[in-house]
Amino acid sequence: MAAGAVPLRSYRAIFAARFMLTLQYRVAALAGVVTQLWWGIIKVMVFAAFYHGASHYQPLTFAQTVAYVWLGQAFLMLMPWWGDPEITEMVRSGNVSYERLRPLDTYFFWYLRGMAWITARIVPRATMMLLFVGWIVPAIGLGKWGLMMPPNRAAATLFVGAILLAVLLSSAILMLINILVVVLVTDRGPSLLASQIVTLLSGILVPLPFFPASMRAVLFFQPFAGLADIPFRIYSGALAGGLAFAGLVQMTIWIGLLIAIGHALLGRVMGRLQVQGG
Amino acid sequence: MPQILVENLSKTYRVSERQPGAWGAVKGLFARRYRIVEALKHVSFSLERGELLGFIGPNGAGKSTTIKILSGILEPLSGRCEIDGLVPWRDRIRHVARLGVVFGQRTQLWWDLPVIDGFNLLRDIYQVPEAEYRRTCDEMVGLMRLERLLDQPVRQLSLGQRMRCEIAAAMLHRPSLLFLDEPTIGLDAPSKLAVREFVKTLNREHGVTVILTTHDMHDIEALAERVIVIGNGVILADKPFERLRSEVFTERRLFADFVGDAPLLDIPEAQIRNRDGNCVELSFDPAVISVPALIERITARYELADVRIEQPQIEEVIARFYDIHGAGEA
Repeated sequence: MAAGAVPLRSYRAIFAARFMLTLQYRVAALAGVVTQLWWGIIKVMVFAAFYHGASHYQPLTFAQTVAYVWLGQAFLMLMPWWGDPEITEMVRSGNVSYERLRPLDTYFFWYLRGMAWITARIVPRATMMLLFVGWIVPAIGLGKWGLMMPPNRAAATLFVGAILLAVLLSSAILMLINILVVVLVTDRGPSLLASQIVTLLSGILVPLPFFPASMRAVLFFQPFAGLADIPFRIYSGALAGGLAFAGLVQMTIWIGLLIAIGHALLGRVMGRLQVQGG
Repeated sequence: MPQILVENLSKTYRVSERQPGAWGAVKGLFARRYRIVEALKHVSFSLERGELLGFIGPNGAGKSTTIKILSGILEPLSGRCEIDGLVPWRDRIRHVARLGVVFGQRTQLWWDLPVIDGFNLLRDIYQVPEAEYRRTCDEMVGLMRLERLLDQPVRQLSLGQRMRCEIAAAMLHRPSLLFLDEPTIGLDAPSKLAVREFVKTLNREHGVTVILTTHDMHDIEALAERVIVIGNGVILADKPFERLRSEVFTERRLFADFVGDAPLLDIPEAQIRNRDGNCVELSFDPAVISVPALIERITARYELADVRIEQPQIEEVIARFYDIHGAGEA
């Protein structure tokens, strides 16, 4: 930062503004919850059938798998599927010019906005989903299909930490997508690419422990594991002690690395930015 | 030491080209061809604190490119530029903190937020102290008559209302330098007048240095004493507007209304441009025949009802100037 001190007041205001703006989309949040409940029920039933038929050892207990599925549905908006629509729109309209007129580091300016966008979509959806599958479903006697409680206080605490890290990680990945959108002047390709990679490597589609054993080490250390697999397994106690700690460390390292890469890339892209017309 | 110093600034763009037709598209997949467009060629000028500079030229002449380089958005290919001792693209963050910019064709306010929320967000982004912000905001709201617009979301404003808000927004952090890139484009007459009045106040009373690009020559006539004309990336003229006018056009126009039908005047020093009913339009060069002499020649033989003398319209001046320099849009 050229001016020395980090302008915290600016970043706080940027976060708050985008957060409140995104929170306004209540109908979208409600519709999302209904859809994700529906998909969650189907996925839980598929796993029930799978566990019923399988005889040998499984990497997760049925309750842990169900927790993995429901957390995935509740925190679906944690996944950086697409570029930030605000940035995409600015790239299309040429308003990127104005972004460079703010006395802020453009990377962190956009990072904070993306983080606000992600957080504001998670909060209402996750709250409703978790209330439903963690409280109402067990209360009406369908506990087997609902969300288990974390096995101990350590797991619960570590899970909260992991989700917070996951928000930082997701924002860093979102920024890489944004940068690709700026370079290509379209969001189509970057979003398509991102959604495929994220779906597969985060564990949101098939939990990572169900991949072949030979791939598990690699899958554990790649950056997308921090978006779903690591936090969700910490929640259910499937990842505990030293392994849980290793998970949080790997997430922290990836966050630092991806921010550093994104920051350098955006600096270079902005240096040769061409805004024509007008 | 001038506030803005520009020396030998050059900028090129690389534009990818495709040969027409399906075969051209296929070839483009393997060997992309680029054309280098020289947007600016060795542009130099300087600007003192408190000046108001009109920056004009046809579309694609390099006006916006210059503004973007001076704003720190674009990096030039070569050349030097210093504003208040800073190099815009190198010291971007410090530079833009004391700079206000309005791009007439874009919006800097948040589309879905009420105007006042957008203002408050800018206050926080620029870290303006609360008391100072209150004072500036009240003043801008008063000058631009925005009281009734503040609670409306930006997307509901008319273009004129929005542009008034945009210019006020650019001033909230009290920049000492203001760039206006086509601020009156598409505005109705009252909004244009309001914008001009506001810019004049900022420049004359607050000492804000202003660079204004426009295609509306009345903006220039109303505001700018000094004009830079740019065409094909080269500065064609840099002088007071009145000098530009007198150099391009020596001629004046005389409109004479006669009592009864307009006569067939026979004055060799003046040409009849138009004759309609009881009115005649003459063009003449004041160096050849002075205004009193010309009127005397007419009144000696005919009875005049009314007379008025005009200079050529500024649009005509500029169009002629572009013509002379072959600077019209390619």
